[in-house]
Amino acid sequence: MKNHVFRPLLVVIGLVVLVLLIRPFYVPKDFGVHERGYMYGWYRQSNTEDWKKVKVKYQGSEYCKDCHADKLESISQSPHMIIQCENCHGPALDHPSDPEKLTIDRSRGQCLRCHAKLSYPKSSRAGIKGIDPDTHNADTECVSCHNPHKPSLEGLK
Amino acid sequence: MVHGEIWTLKELFVTPNEYIYWSVQIVMYPFMTGLVAGAFVLSSLYHVFGIKELKDIARFALVFSFALLFAAPMPIILHLQHPLRGINVMMTPHFTSAIAAFGIVFSGYGAIVASELWFLYRKHFVEQSLLLKGKQDRSLGESLLYLIFTVLTLGSFDITEEAQHRDEKAIKVLAGIGIPVACFLHGYAGFIFGSVKANALWMTPLMPVIFIMSAVVSGIALCMLTYIATMEIRKFLACRQQSPSYSPECREEIKSVEVKVIQMTAKYLLFFLIFAISLELLDLIFRGYTATKSWDVLRSVIYGKDFTSIFILQYGLGNLIPFIIFLTPGLTIRRAVVGVLFVMFGVFMMRWNVVIGGQAFSLTFNGYMHYHLPIIPHDWETLKEGLFGALGVFVMPFVLFYFLTKIFPIFGLKESH
Amino acid sequence: MISRRDLLKKAGKAVAGASISLAAIEFLSPARVQALKADKAVRWVFLVDTYKCVGCGLCVKACKNENEIPYDANVTRTWVERYVITSDGKLHADSPKGCRDGFTTSKIDVGMGKLQDIKNEDIKKAFFVPKLCNQCENPPCVQVCPVGATYQAPDGVVLVDRTWCIGCGYCIMACPYGVRFFHPKYHTAEKCNFCYHRINKGLKTACVQACPFGARQIGNMKDPDDPVTKIITTERVGILKSEFGTKPQVFYIGLDEEVK
Repeated sequence: MKNHVFRPLLVVIGLVVLVLLIRPFYVPKDFGVHERGYMYGWYRQSNTEDWKKVKVKYQGSEYCKDCHADKLESISQSPHMIIQCENCHGPALDHPSDPEKLTIDRSRGQCLRCHAKLSYPKSSRAGIKGIDPDTHNADTECVSCHNPHKPSLEGLK
Repeated sequence: MVHGEIWTLKELFVTPNEYIYWSVQIVMYPFMTGLVAGAFVLSSLYHVFGIKELKDIARFALVFSFALLFAAPMPIILHLQHPLRGINVMMTPHFTSAIAAFGIVFSGYGAIVASELWFLYRKHFVEQSLLLKGKQDRSLGESLLYLIFTVLTLGSFDITEEAQHRDEKAIKVLAGIGIPVACFLHGYAGFIFGSVKANALWMTPLMPVIFIMSAVVSGIALCMLTYIATMEIRKFLACRQQSPSYSPECREEIKSVEVKVIQMTAKYLLFFLIFAISLELLDLIFRGYTATKSWDVLRSVIYGKDFTSIFILQYGLGNLIPFIIFLTPGLTIRRAVVGVLFVMFGVFMMRWNVVIGGQAFSLTFNGYMHYHLPIIPHDWETLKEGLFGALGVFVMPFVLFYFLTKIFPIFGLKESH
Repeated sequence: MISRRDLLKKAGKAVAGASISLAAIEFLSPARVQALKADKAVRWVFLVDTYKCVGCGLCVKACKNENEIPYDANVTRTWVERYVITSDGKLHADSPKGCRDGFTTSKIDVGMGKLQDIKNEDIKKAFFVPKLCNQCENPPCVQVCPVGATYQAPDGVVLVDRTWCIGCGYCIMACPYGVRFFHPKYHTAEKCNFCYHRINKGLKTACVQACPFGARQIGNMKDPDDPVTKIITTERVGILKSEFGTKPQVFYIGLDEEVK
């Protein structure tokens, strides 16, 4: 080209072409516009599958029933039946193969989640039997007297 | 440690995931792009509108703008949690995001500045290349320079009168295109903040305009400062060398030129400063007058928590004092330096008050967050997003400028235009 | 040796290939988008009954474990807020550690490591409000992502691609509900995704399953027989921050004016 004025433009075009050449190698094939259009649906489609593959940790009380039917039976007589086994016993994952034993949360804090008395009017919390954690046997674990599977006062150890 | 937790202090009701995620580097980002845009606008005032008084500073401002251009993406890169993935912005841009255009607008703008520089220095490249080519025994450094200059000619050695005329025309066109692009580059840095509807302080359509105005102010201020510094160094050298070409008369001449340029540029600085302050005050008054839901918490931040940094540091030190300095008749170089430093500090504080101030209150409107800039770094994060990271970004363009002047000499060029 | 002609040919092909891939970007092609909308059978929604919540935080505990959010990190995908309004009309609200350990004291966490005592007789009204991602119909976080690393799946759930996120934090800034944060381990944007791996296997989300009181429920808005859909369509429910036009899909029973 005779006219030198357009040389910088050629350099710019060269750079743009370079980016376009790299692009197909760098960007995953399934990246594009999907169902929700460009504004909300511009993504790599296989990512949806990646998220579906995440491991389930909490299996639900149904999962425990087959082996621990007796435990489920005993707790079903108490108000604590609404609490999922795994809330205290920890996520089951692939128990009993992996992990073989679950770590049970026997802490005072676990009980206080509901049973620290908060007298909030018109809140369900007010309806739960509660204690003042500062005055009610402050240094003792709740489970040393109370049985979480049989929380009524007859169940006291 | 969660990102942001180390420099965030929460007060009253703040939701668990709220931290000051955008820290000092995001303050630096609009500050630096503002300097780029401002420096370019200053240089274009001469090239496009033919304001002769700015001729001396125009070439200088353009080279400096180029140096700043390389430093401007640095704060973003230092801020990113995955800096290596930054290229994704170019590969899969999502243009509904204000940040996505950054790669494109920024590269486009870079191309304009680079091209303009090329036309401005083409003659110099050709001359240097031919000079070095003719040289018999080149040292390694000279060979390298020869290579650089030859590549920079882009294969065009035509420096006839006619070709140079075309260069001039091209510069004028590029500078003309460059002004709106520079304003766009920075205006949309303002848009990045102004369009965040979740943030009560940021969301205003005035944000881009405020950002452009203060960008031009800070750009002019920085150019003045660097111009003065370079001139002083020249004077110093003239003093020391005592060679016939650097006579005391020559020194006096430099000085008188310097004062004239600075006085002229200061007028433009004030002009843009008035614009910037008017818009900022309009925004503040409007918020107070309409007093929507967010006003209670905004008022407590603006007039309470951030009072010092907004009214004393930004408006007081950064705006009022420079006004007094520049409007007092008989502006001297020394006073100009002080005034310019205050102006730049004021613009920096404005960015600070927008970015950090916008995160000073919780989404609940019932709590506050306090930012503590990490000073002594104790890990990578507090280094790059701390005082030293910010300083590094600020110093970078000056270092680059030094090296760039090796290829694009600012002074001692035979005037072709 | 490659001849010059071959080289030119190859280069030409490469450029052509690149431009085809450019065509694949397809910024706006309504026809194709319409065609892709075949699968419209699911739209996940959430329902929170604030009357039932007691602030035990078992949902937060389960969520953190299920979704591998480091347990001691001070960020969480879901959290529970406490609102206490005293007789002087003042609001006292907090959510220490996102309620991971439940609310076990009547003292309000006022930040800066301080607690404030509230006397029982001063309390006019007090309640708990669970929060999680609203999976907005018009998610502002997705709109502002510069690289397409966060998006809305066809079933309405907003997901984050951890392999593509650059960590700019713009989505965190854009969310009016403060549900987003940086994952302490992956350093990418992180948020509640309604336990995407669970709901797609027919399970409930971890928080719904862990809640002993039924304060949380998940449902499919596209299924008219879904009990959650029935409640949302027939009873009085509220949403958070409707003024932003984000159309949140988490509905609340018993929402108070003080909740933001």
